[in-house]
Amino acid sequence: MNIIQADNLKKSYGPVAAVNDVSLAVREGEIFGFLGPNGAGKTTITRMLTGVIPPDAGTAMVLGHDIRTAAVQAKQGFGVVPESANAYTDLTAWQNLMLMGELYGLARARAARRASELLTTLGLLERKDQKVQAYSKGMKQRLILAMGLLHEPRLLFLDEPTSGLDVQSTQMILAMLRDMNRDGTTIFLTTHNMEEANRLCHRVAIIRSGSLIAVDAPEKLKMAIESVHRIEVSFDREVAGDALAALPGVTGVERIGDKWQLTAEKQDAVIQFLVAFSQQNQAAIVTLNTLAPSLDDAFLRLTQEASP
Amino acid sequence: MNPAGLPEQVRRAWAIAKKDIRLYYAKKSVLIFGVLMPVFLFLAFFTGSRQLPLAFLIPGLVGVTLLFTATALSPAIFSWEGRHGTLERLASCPITIEAIVLGDMIASILFGIGITTITIFIGLALGLSLLHWITMIASILLASCCFSAIGMLLAVPPTNEPSTPMMLSLLIKFPLVFISGVFVPLEQLPSWGLALSACSPLTYFTDLVRYSFTGEHFFPVVVDIAILGVFTLVFTAGTMYLHKRTMPKRI
Repeated sequence: MNIIQADNLKKSYGPVAAVNDVSLAVREGEIFGFLGPNGAGKTTITRMLTGVIPPDAGTAMVLGHDIRTAAVQAKQGFGVVPESANAYTDLTAWQNLMLMGELYGLARARAARRASELLTTLGLLERKDQKVQAYSKGMKQRLILAMGLLHEPRLLFLDEPTSGLDVQSTQMILAMLRDMNRDGTTIFLTTHNMEEANRLCHRVAIIRSGSLIAVDAPEKLKMAIESVHRIEVSFDREVAGDALAALPGVTGVERIGDKWQLTAEKQDAVIQFLVAFSQQNQAAIVTLNTLAPSLDDAFLRLTQEASP
Repeated sequence: MNPAGLPEQVRRAWAIAKKDIRLYYAKKSVLIFGVLMPVFLFLAFFTGSRQLPLAFLIPGLVGVTLLFTATALSPAIFSWEGRHGTLERLASCPITIEAIVLGDMIASILFGIGITTITIFIGLALGLSLLHWITMIASILLASCCFSAIGMLLAVPPTNEPSTPMMLSLLIKFPLVFISGVFVPLEQLPSWGLALSACSPLTYFTDLVRYSFTGEHFFPVVVDIAILGVFTLVFTAGTMYLHKRTMPKRI
């Protein structure tokens, strides 16, 4: 069963088409990653799916409710952790959670029980009566997650939930998302972080310039671009990037720290050319590694192919 | 529980009102400003026009107090919340835009009534007596709804810069004070002035308060209440309709 079914969504801001005829389906119980470069339309689509802004055209059924005509019923069943949203900083964490409880129509006792559970899990219980303005970014983000989870939603929308967070907060949030998904919560995760999407998501969608260009499991997307190989090489002295780029079969060169990362279609041939290059330029090879395609590669390849 | 049903939405609007009171209205600076602003305005007129009796000026003070307090913060709340990212949080909750607006209105109504009650006690302390207290209560309830709806109407332009609606608010409130028979009796206004004052809901509220204190009035009491009621309905419906249109532009 599809918990989200969006068909032909469109949204324009003035002459700019932010979302162009996007259709997607999210199955119940999966973690669905939503990837795309900055300005691709990810947040706009998430806002349309969560009923925050109306689409110009198209329909979206969320939890079986039309988000345009039955927004309240749909919103009652899902939780949202928006990218740019915040908790009320002049209220305490507890007051923020009790406000959410009232806005979701929870009985006071149930809201208090859930708030205590969530604050304990997220390591905020001891500071529940402190105003949020004194919280660190990581603590605020954990509180915002708790606010989205208070009513035990079947579906959770998260927009960049770990952006800019320290390792501890990131790991805590990701672990919680995995546990929730194991317990049956469907997660719609918008992220820039390929590694996060690779480790968490059952399927990912890639959007570019307002259009959906791929929807599949991360491993399948990597397989789809397996013709691309990356070779990481470093020399005992400086070499010119242009010279490496001119080697036959090399399609891209990037400097990463003291290493060069080459993209090639036939890695065997390029390795031989690199060895010859090393001898000709009297630059000994210090390290030479071949790298498997990552979700980053798939993302970059797909978004570049789709660019106008 | 039907989350979209009226009783549930009203309950959620009350949650918004409590949040507004806690965050915006129950601050010392706001409370002091709410009391001092109309009192200073009153003193300016009292000292500048000694020929007008207190029985005329106190109802004006009550009118100005309710107008200024019921519209004190509501024009800027959406802008503040938009700027701090909390409006998107509210917009993603299962509460209609109408209920959010109603919650903001309830908070400003309660703030307006609370501060205005103080000015009524000031009037009583200065020797006036309350002849028609039921009319007074009814008119304060009605006018506070009307003025808070005006405050929310001023919040309609979708800006996240709070100074913009506050400036607009001042530009509208001060002219209203001067055309509404607050400090100049309606009887002394020229015909064009009277026509202007008929367009201001403050005129009818001040007339009702004057009637409640002194028994004197310019318009029939029923007319005052009816017109104030119509203003309230039109402004409330208008603000809810317009906010529904502009809310997505704030996010």
